[in-house]
Amino acid sequence: MKPAPFKYYAPTSIPEVLSLLNEHGYDAKILAGGQSLVPMMNFRLVQPAVLVDINNIPEMAEIQSHEKGIRLGAMVRHSQAEKDPLIKEKAPLIHETMPKIATVQIRNRGTIGGSLAHADPSAELVVVSTALDARFKIQNLDGERVVPASEFFVGLLMTAMGSEDLLVEVEFPPLPPRSGWSLKEVARRPHDFALVGVAAVVVLDKKDRCQEARLVYLSAGDGPISAPEAAGLLIGEQYTPVLATAAAEKASTDEIDPGSDIHATADFRRHLANVLTQRALEEAFQRAKGGK
Amino acid sequence: MENTFDLSVTVNGKPYQQTIDPRTLLSDFLRNDLGLTGTHVGCEHGVCGACTVLLEGSPVRSCLLFAPQVHNQEVLTVEGLGTIDDLHPLQEAFREAHALQCGFCTPGILTTLVPYLEENPNPTEEEIREAISGNLCRCTGYQHIIDAVKLATEKTNT
Repeated sequence: MKPAPFKYYAPTSIPEVLSLLNEHGYDAKILAGGQSLVPMMNFRLVQPAVLVDINNIPEMAEIQSHEKGIRLGAMVRHSQAEKDPLIKEKAPLIHETMPKIATVQIRNRGTIGGSLAHADPSAELVVVSTALDARFKIQNLDGERVVPASEFFVGLLMTAMGSEDLLVEVEFPPLPPRSGWSLKEVARRPHDFALVGVAAVVVLDKKDRCQEARLVYLSAGDGPISAPEAAGLLIGEQYTPVLATAAAEKASTDEIDPGSDIHATADFRRHLANVLTQRALEEAFQRAKGGK
Repeated sequence: MENTFDLSVTVNGKPYQQTIDPRTLLSDFLRNDLGLTGTHVGCEHGVCGACTVLLEGSPVRSCLLFAPQVHNQEVLTVEGLGTIDDLHPLQEAFREAHALQCGFCTPGILTTLVPYLEENPNPTEEEIREAISGNLCRCTGYQHIIDAVKLATEKTNT
């Protein structure tokens, strides 16, 4: 037996989950896809006394389209999102992100909500949900609240959720017309954790001038790292390689805070961020103009 | 024992009922409780792909699932693909093209590829490499595995 002993619950409704979380507090851990939690339990880095398995609640795995955007139940699996025609049409950046996340075996189990609640700064979804200004629907026994991405991620592997909270749904607002997006990353092996990556979203006016821009980085600090100053340089401007270089320079020098490890130094990560930003902006502007 | 789970699961078409400790990983359950040692355990934290099995037809890492999570579901392991006398066409091709040396990664690669080839009967070399990118092989350099998959698809498509 690799993991430490735990008491296992497999509730079939959200109210049951909330009662269990209320009863056991920080002793309990929610088991969603388990693709991050179970490795940590196998190493005994995490030893929850109680495991609340939420894989038996079908309504938590629904994908719905609304005027306010597209809603993904927290238990929608990566492979389900990858193949969903609604997501492909309404949330193309999510569609494009999915194959970049881990391997097919992991994507068959891993969930949208699990990845977001785990809040790993190297997770693509954490960064993409920040770039898309996603809203997180959280429930506990006292009721429900909705938290924007900018307030959901509060630090390394930390979110605005407490021990009694359950993430039930994530809503992605629709992108306005003439929007473009891109997600670029560098990983040592395909599907491995990226050394660094960037999600870019731009919105253009009729004269191709940038009205809104967002740049958010992964593996570049303790959470999803936004670069508002670099994005600000783009506002009011048409795309040129010089403009993209200036924004990339700003973000990679002043706004991100990558660390060093055996795979890459902080300086190399800044270099990658610089190059990836230029590529991401080129693609995002092109898409916004109606190109590919 | 107080902390137990009564598991019902179908493995390779055969129903099983066992009382287990809930922390039993699916990989350990298959190997230790059912004696199905074809599922290999490599890294035990979801990196190597050797323990891949099919859960309701989809490839998953059996080292990252607790056995209670497959309650009332269907699991297929490499033992369920074919028999020694009647190999699965992909196994046949692996033998013919010498796609295994030590054989440790083979069960995971077969269980990954069988559903993949059903959905993608004519993959390019690049697509085959992408399909097995979640499975590590330290012997073959992957080249003969690619050859075997091509051989299998040629045979099925003619």
